[in-house]
Amino acid sequence: MSAVLGNETKSAILNDETKKVLVEPLVNNNPITLQVLGICSALAVTSQMSTSLIMALALTLVTAFSSAAISAIRNHIPSSIRIIVQMTIIASLVIVVDQILKAVAYDVSKQLSVFVGLIITNCIVMGRAEGYAMKNPPLESFIDGIGNGAGYSLILIIVAFFRETLGSGKLLGYEVFKLTKDGGWYEPNGLMLLPPSAFFIIGIIIWVVRQWKPEQIEKVDYKIMSIAHGEGGHH
Amino acid sequence: MLNVLKKSEHCVKLCAALEKSENYQKFIKYRDKVLALGNDSLEKTIAIAVSLCLVCAVLVSFGAVALKPLQAYNKALDMKQNILDVAGLLEDGKDIDAAFAEKIEAKIVNLETGEYVDGINAEEYDQRKAAKDPAQSVVIPKEKDIAHIRVKAKLAKVFLVKEGNAIKSIILPVNGYGLWSTLYGFLSIDPDGQTVQSINFYDQAETPGLGGEVVNPKWRALWKGKKIYAETDQPSFDKGTIEEADIGEPALALIKGVVDNDKPGSQYQVDGLAGATLTSTGVTNLVRYWTSKEGFARYLSKVRTVKGAKS
Repeated sequence: MSAVLGNETKSAILNDETKKVLVEPLVNNNPITLQVLGICSALAVTSQMSTSLIMALALTLVTAFSSAAISAIRNHIPSSIRIIVQMTIIASLVIVVDQILKAVAYDVSKQLSVFVGLIITNCIVMGRAEGYAMKNPPLESFIDGIGNGAGYSLILIIVAFFRETLGSGKLLGYEVFKLTKDGGWYEPNGLMLLPPSAFFIIGIIIWVVRQWKPEQIEKVDYKIMSIAHGEGGHH
Repeated sequence: MLNVLKKSEHCVKLCAALEKSENYQKFIKYRDKVLALGNDSLEKTIAIAVSLCLVCAVLVSFGAVALKPLQAYNKALDMKQNILDVAGLLEDGKDIDAAFAEKIEAKIVNLETGEYVDGINAEEYDQRKAAKDPAQSVVIPKEKDIAHIRVKAKLAKVFLVKEGNAIKSIILPVNGYGLWSTLYGFLSIDPDGQTVQSINFYDQAETPGLGGEVVNPKWRALWKGKKIYAETDQPSFDKGTIEEADIGEPALALIKGVVDNDKPGSQYQVDGLAGATLTSTGVTNLVRYWTSKEGFARYLSKVRTVKGAKS
């Protein structure tokens, strides 16, 4: 297998193609704002910056390594069981990440609880495995995983920034706005601590990005026709 | 990976022996044959599935075994933190190990007699493990098993919070079934053996936002000052003796809605969790089970008589 990897490594030294794979998912092809994948965890973990950062890191690592592993054996995956093969690799990596978190960041792993395990079902990981890693060499797939993980992380960090500062007046646990209950001026917005607020923030981000890059606006599938006038006069 | 291994001489020998061995050659031959097969042939499908599972299983078990000591340490630290929390001694930035060693003493209680048991290392005794060991546990008769835990350890590990020689609070381990999970937690009681100081749960998997609110500090604060046993129940305690009939049954319960503090009996009531009737019932049952004669009632009655005799 090392021989196979060696050949492919040479062809994938940071050329324009690889750079594109790495940078595209940040804005132009962002998994959350354009592909609208991985929303569930983006709602669940973003009430605090610290959990968001750990979640972003965990997802990026899982996406990168699972894509690389799947890509390395892509020519030998029987198509009848390919989804299960992908799931097995992803699930194993997620369990390992979960174990590592429990060993080195116990508090965070307690807060993230099921959401680390739910990386298994995160649409981004599966989407990259099926959509990219099955057709491309390992190194590119790895970089594609990093790129998409970074795109996901970027949105998570933006959402967490607004939710934590507006919701609890803090950032990474440090006080930013002094709350009224502590004698300050800021009355925290309780909605920001609840998952639906992430919907609003992600919606606004999508709106801003599409104003900036109008080519991301989807074509309307059908037009609502106005009812012809003149014939409806009998009532 | 293999290259690193080969550096050690011992491994070189092993690898050489492996390469020569007949079964290894057979394996290589078979591997090449399978890899050359068409991707959709049945044999390759099965071979790929089996080998993938093997590799993943090794990876996962290696991770789990290698990281176990660290995880166990974290878990023990978390437990200490929870005990300090329920005792109201948790301070930011203070070393948990040191604070725990300084203020808290673990004691073993025989649930049947309510007496302390000496001669067992209380620090190392694990009540949860003991409950699973048939030699150290008893099966709870079905009609008495209101907390749905099936077995309990004969010996329980309680924690005493001390300041000098005076006991400031008694921390009892409690567990019981809620809606999805067995809740494990601690109930901290005043030295009068009657008044609740605090409760917390360190291991539970109830619905986040509904039953999971058992860990919410605001809800937990409602427990402070609640009474466990009906107060008219123990006349013999005042004389410093214990009569079986006076040990009493716990009266504390979670109710639906908000407790009206002006009503009689409100000292035995705690607000139920909104939208989590089954978890609330589970919490009531587990608190009642562990403070009944099946649990710590005998032990607590002794604490109460000692106090009655003094006053």
